Amino acid sequence: MAADRALGGNHAARALLILAALGLLGLLLVLPLVLVFSEALARGIRAYGAALTAPDTLAAIRLTLIVAAIAVPVNTAFGVAAAWCIAKFDFAGKSVLTTVVDLPFSVSPVIAGMVFVLLFGAQGWFGPFLARHGIKIVFALPGLVLATLFVTVPFVARQLIPLMQHQGRDEEEAAIVLGARGWQTFWRVTLPNIRWGLLYGVLLCNARAMGEFGAVSVISGHILGATVTVPLQVEILYNDYDIVGAFAVASLLASLGLVTLAVKRVMEWRYGAQLAPSRSE
Amino acid sequence: MGIELRGLTKRYNRTVAVDSVSLDVHQGELLALLGPSGSGKTTLLRLIAGLERAESGGLLIAGRDAAALPPRARGIGFVFQHYALFRHMTVADNIAFGLEVRPRQIRPPRAIIAKRVHELISLVQLDGFSERFPAQLSGGQRQRVALARALAVEPRVLLLDEPFGALDAKVRVELRHWLRGLHERLGLNTLFVTHDQEEALELADRVAILNAGRIEQLGPPREVYDRPASAFVMEFLGEVNRLPCRVTGGEAHIGAVGLRLVAPSFADGEALAYVRPHEIELLPLGTQGSLPARLRSLSIIGPRTRLHLEQGDTIIEADADRTAVDALGLVPGGGVGIRFQTARIFPRH
Amino acid sequence: MSLRADVTPAASARPNRVLPGFAPTLGLTLFYLSLLVILPLAALAVEAAGIGPVRALDLLLSPRVAAAFRVSFGIASLAALANGGIGLLVAWVLVRYDFPGRRLMDAIVDLPFALPTAVAGIALTSLYANTGWIGGPLAKAGVAIAFTPLGIFVALLFVGLPYVIRTVQPVIADLEPEAEDAALTLGASSWQTFRRVIAPPVLPAVLTGMALAFARGVGEYGSVIFIAGNLPGVSEIVPLLIVVHLEQFDYAGAAMLATAMLAASFAILLLINLLQAWNRKRHGG
Repeated sequence: MAADRALGGNHAARALLILAALGLLGLLLVLPLVLVFSEALARGIRAYGAALTAPDTLAAIRLTLIVAAIAVPVNTAFGVAAAWCIAKFDFAGKSVLTTVVDLPFSVSPVIAGMVFVLLFGAQGWFGPFLARHGIKIVFALPGLVLATLFVTVPFVARQLIPLMQHQGRDEEEAAIVLGARGWQTFWRVTLPNIRWGLLYGVLLCNARAMGEFGAVSVISGHILGATVTVPLQVEILYNDYDIVGAFAVASLLASLGLVTLAVKRVMEWRYGAQLAPSRSE
Repeated sequence: MGIELRGLTKRYNRTVAVDSVSLDVHQGELLALLGPSGSGKTTLLRLIAGLERAESGGLLIAGRDAAALPPRARGIGFVFQHYALFRHMTVADNIAFGLEVRPRQIRPPRAIIAKRVHELISLVQLDGFSERFPAQLSGGQRQRVALARALAVEPRVLLLDEPFGALDAKVRVELRHWLRGLHERLGLNTLFVTHDQEEALELADRVAILNAGRIEQLGPPREVYDRPASAFVMEFLGEVNRLPCRVTGGEAHIGAVGLRLVAPSFADGEALAYVRPHEIELLPLGTQGSLPARLRSLSIIGPRTRLHLEQGDTIIEADADRTAVDALGLVPGGGVGIRFQTARIFPRH
Repeated sequence: MSLRADVTPAASARPNRVLPGFAPTLGLTLFYLSLLVILPLAALAVEAAGIGPVRALDLLLSPRVAAAFRVSFGIASLAALANGGIGLLVAWVLVRYDFPGRRLMDAIVDLPFALPTAVAGIALTSLYANTGWIGGPLAKAGVAIAFTPLGIFVALLFVGLPYVIRTVQPVIADLEPEAEDAALTLGASSWQTFRRVIAPPVLPAVLTGMALAFARGVGEYGSVIFIAGNLPGVSEIVPLLIVVHLEQFDYAGAAMLATAMLAASFAILLLINLLQAWNRKRHGG
């Protein structure tokens, strides 16, 4: 990194700025993370283990895994399809479509959950219809899945669209001229080129799917053992003043976050150009 | 056989990229589509390949109506400007691609594919490179892989989009000769797009010069250079000097003195005489039938001497050999008489 | 054996585009988005509209709602402003200086992106509560953070910081060092150089980052809900208010609040975008 010329290489000023930045980051960002693990282990490893294996917690973990197992593949498939038509073709309304894909990002999580309550809640638009047919969406797994789907829609698409746009159409056109058909072209030519960006997007999608709180909270009903995901379990434990329990479960999510971060870093380091077009290009 | 285009037209929004182009490419010939950027030459090539669809017009490839066929059914091989090699496949896999994606019924056995790939790698002189990846190859090597890949499916027609555009000068010249040799060996119908007139004139059997979506002239290199059909063609194919002249009764006069040039079937009036730098004769000032000019400066460019002359209001560039210049005792500021060996008369725009 | 494939011509319908799969992928995308995103949001708008102008105004102007909007938008703005300054500092240090641990620091910036909001929420609460590592000493000095608007501020600070840093970093990285050298050779002081040469391209990026942080802060729930006091009129945020209405089955009211919140955020962001576009035009981009 170039030395700071404008400040004339004033070492005192540099040191001050670096310390200030480090201090602020440490205070604002690192401390809370440290606290999670510190509180989780405050009563020792056995209490930590017990908290993690409590039946409610295990149920929550199972539920979160199920929701993620549904939401992530669905939004990955969507992301690939959306990226294909947006990045490899020109058509009117493309920017509108891209904006719609990004919409869930700019909507508060509470609203994301709320719209499904609006549609499928007891007093919602389809409420009576669902009640007549005995279908439960709100306060049940389908609702959780819907809310999670909504919130994680953009992740894979946003990762793939700029990447595929940057890679252009040449290789696919070459494949077509050489005789490849649709799926062949995608499998043999496109997919290998986007595999790291795709993995990256899936990782981010998964992290969000497992950690989503606001949207799921609204639509869940907090029914212990049935509609409580891991983040909701954290809330329940915390509100019950089970601090060690709450932070123990939280540490699971925090670990997931850290792993995601670490993998992200490694991938950027090794495959930088294949994750996203760099700014200077 | 070969390729026949009949009134092919392609529009992008409001611009006409290819304007009702008709062209007959003879069996086995190497034809250059030459023109400035925006002239429609790449679009035309892509229309023939099936990568773009024409609004109107007919297209026959090897006698078959190709307009409704997808690219893979047209029997063409296409080499992209930036090669479009599959970056995650080795050289061998790239070349084998066209054969491996065949439907099962017509796919050759693996051993045959490998043999074919091997032959092609030798043909393009890349022996030993079969396991390399595109990123590990130089521009010229990538180009040859792209060519081998296109040839693997035994196309009837080879289409090259600015094949040497991205390479540096020396490699270009080498590959130019190599491509000509390859063409003579394979005898394939080849069409290539370029903006480099030297390349087109050196390589092609015939050259089609395009301007704004139309073919301005089509003919062997010698013909388009010596007998350009329009001012555009003449200017595009080499340097020109433009001198205002007046046409009366089929003769063109330049300046008060009057240099007579033949301007057959040209209406009377103002026109422009186009002269190439090497078609200018230098004579002592005042020689009968020559135009007076003054030497502003001269540049020595290798074996040539380039003279920057002034004639009235017009700047004239002339090429001469050193002996002629010395014999005339020409120095900057001095006067000289100029005569034109040939000149073409074109209307003033 | 000839390797040429004599393939039969395609079906009579001429293909519209060369690359395959346009229609199916576009169709799938539109279908999925319509069902999952557009329909629910449209339902929201319809539900909100159904509340009628009288009740709507009544609701929006009621003291509790007005206070919640003040809290959500006001504190989000303050946090965004603070993050603007902090983010600029951190981005500058990360790009311009080299020191041991710089890469680690750069990785840490992404923490709020990676940490689920509920985890951040309880961690921040415990940190700033009267018994917390930071809250404790401050409490002795008479300052309470948790369960007050100040707590919301700190939470939004945490959540929004990476937006500013990640937006500003590439811009600082793209600055031409020669321009600064030129300024110095022409006699400018460090401060002048910063103000006149560095700030103009960087400031719009800071603004953009702040706008992103603001947008995130307004709708934030999980990180805030634990550390806010949630006292109506004092430290209650709009998302919580929406939940309250939902629990009372006042779907229309909740929808109205949600729509108002989305509309207000959208308007503010639009304003910022326009301002930046105007600024870009003035300075030639």
